[in-house]
Amino acid sequence: MKSWKHFTLLIVPNMAFIRTQEKLKILADAAKYDVSCSSSGSKRSNASKGLGDATGMGICHSYTEDGRCVSLLKILLTNHCIFDCAYCVTRKSNDIKRAAFQVQEVVDLTINFYRRNYIEGLFLSSGIFKSADYTMERLVAVAKKLRTEEKFNGYIHLKSIPGASDELMKEAGLYADRLSVNIEIPTREGLKLLAPEKNREDFIKPMIKVKNEIIQYKSEKKLIKSTPLFAPGGQSTQMIIGASGESDQQIMWTSNYFYKKFDLKRVYYSGYIPISYDSRLPQIGTEVPMLRENRLYQTDWLMRFYGFEVHEILNEAHQNLDLDVDPKLGWALRNLEYFPVDVNTADQRMLARIPGVGMKSVYKIIQARRFKRLNWEHLQRIGIAINRAKYFLVCASQDFERRDLTGPQLKSLILQNTTSKYQKTLSPQMNLFE
Amino acid sequence: MLNLQDSILVYDGSFDGFLTCVFQVYDLKMKQVTIQRDSDAQASLFGRHNEVISDPEKADRVWKGLGKKTSSSGRLRIYYGFLSEKKGVENLLLRYIQYALNSAVPIDSDFSNPEVLGLSKIAKSVGREKHRMEAFVRFRLTKDGLYFATIEPDFDVLPLISKHFKSRYADQKWVIYDLKRDYGLYYDLEKVEIINLSLPEDFDASKTSSDYFAVEEMEFQTLWQDYFESTNIPSRKNIKLHVRHVPKRYWKYLSEKER
Repeated sequence: MKSWKHFTLLIVPNMAFIRTQEKLKILADAAKYDVSCSSSGSKRSNASKGLGDATGMGICHSYTEDGRCVSLLKILLTNHCIFDCAYCVTRKSNDIKRAAFQVQEVVDLTINFYRRNYIEGLFLSSGIFKSADYTMERLVAVAKKLRTEEKFNGYIHLKSIPGASDELMKEAGLYADRLSVNIEIPTREGLKLLAPEKNREDFIKPMIKVKNEIIQYKSEKKLIKSTPLFAPGGQSTQMIIGASGESDQQIMWTSNYFYKKFDLKRVYYSGYIPISYDSRLPQIGTEVPMLRENRLYQTDWLMRFYGFEVHEILNEAHQNLDLDVDPKLGWALRNLEYFPVDVNTADQRMLARIPGVGMKSVYKIIQARRFKRLNWEHLQRIGIAINRAKYFLVCASQDFERRDLTGPQLKSLILQNTTSKYQKTLSPQMNLFE
Repeated sequence: MLNLQDSILVYDGSFDGFLTCVFQVYDLKMKQVTIQRDSDAQASLFGRHNEVISDPEKADRVWKGLGKKTSSSGRLRIYYGFLSEKKGVENLLLRYIQYALNSAVPIDSDFSNPEVLGLSKIAKSVGREKHRMEAFVRFRLTKDGLYFATIEPDFDVLPLISKHFKSRYADQKWVIYDLKRDYGLYYDLEKVEIINLSLPEDFDASKTSSDYFAVEEMEFQTLWQDYFESTNIPSRKNIKLHVRHVPKRYWKYLSEKER
């Protein structure tokens, strides 16, 4: 710790502290709508006996009362903004308190929180003041200072400011572990309606630059070991759900496009939280679509880990996800011809498609069945959800579902025997159809 | 001939001591063995009560032998299980080790076997506790520039978290002290040592007294609490989920939960 800091604190302890406190409240509050909190996937080790190490898996150091992970100090550099996007709490026309951190303040907060094991690192975003490059420059300055002056090896997630120059994006990638641009609105039409000053190309340009640099640095690293890391945690983006009337199909196809086209590590889905009386948006008091958000994440998982193609789950004939059953069960009910699956012989792809069987259970089944043929007791101990899975599989037992049930029959059987944690949310919607 | 059936082996509670017991079981071809740590040992009317002296060399031979028969994660599972301190876990461990050593093929992933599944579940909860401690340890800066944290974990995870904190906080002196087991880790910028502290009688781990802690310590705790409050989204409140992630028994570590 530098001695002048002690000096400042002793002479004017309250003024500096109170100002930082005030700014922190405003700029943390404004940053909380960004749901990303991931701190994994980096390979930055503490080789120089400096501070921090980001080699392991991510750590959630705390959880907010809404159950979200607190892993990074997530703040805006400033909430001054020249744009007026309807869905954003920081929009120019919104009458709120504005504040701006100095570069050194962010550095001090990050280091002192990190030393106390509060956080894995920093997630720095910003409203856009003056211009994209002017803003991006300051974000990069914070990261640079942390890396070079403080020898900080913790996690840094920087927001790529739409429209920032290629040179700045390249510099950002050298200091940050992850970069992200939030496309926010899943469709071009929605964006035109809610953020007419922005266009899709501005979001995509920095994404392409970062993607290409990652590829280049990786290939160089194979030849020259000393090649520095470039955004080792990759890129991510976020979409707001339920602000501009798009279907689940539109959302997930967009998501799929971004995963495939830009090698994104993650796409986040953020149920729209009403923050404005703008008539283009759901009104204040409208419930946050948390169940829908959850179904979208489940679909995202099916695409990334379970080997599903997006069009199997969402297509022209099936544009929105079921709310009452998870998307894997929904798919199974529409595709009963693939079932029952024999757990003792099926390949990994089909095991992963059995409702109630997660990927961890899939791996356990594949390993355990090398020793003996598995029966219901084994499967129960492995931890699969028997109450759902039992209709879709056969194992080393004479006991299995013999009735030839239709999809709707099966669905009501399963729903009778399970209670959703979203029961409260579900029942009023069910009543609509009575 | 000496009848070694129904023997009770008592050891000192160390991992080496436990492995020495395993060595003895094989060396003397013992059957029907119960292994107990000396703090749990009860005199038995019929069984033979043998004290086993820890022998690092014998322990090492068992450990190396296991290395040949199990994968590295399968062997680590034994250590994790041991650190759970669950009553009678030694006997589960012994059965697991016997199964591993008798089998012609590696048994690490034979989850249809009750020992393998049982031990892997215990090891998993120890691993979870390790991860939680890496997350929930909160250092407080003392007046003499030491980052100090106290914990009371369910399982004896200090040996497991040492490396994590050493590589992460390489440039600051720190102590993590297990109040329940009364020992801790001290990193002096070079190496991590095991220490025993005699804490002052008026020391209350849940308070940040200015007698012991630096001036700015309280300020950063306040900033952290503010941050925690600001980052919450009230319209998404989900206390059930919150408590599942941060079980209430851990709240005492977390300054953000004080308000």
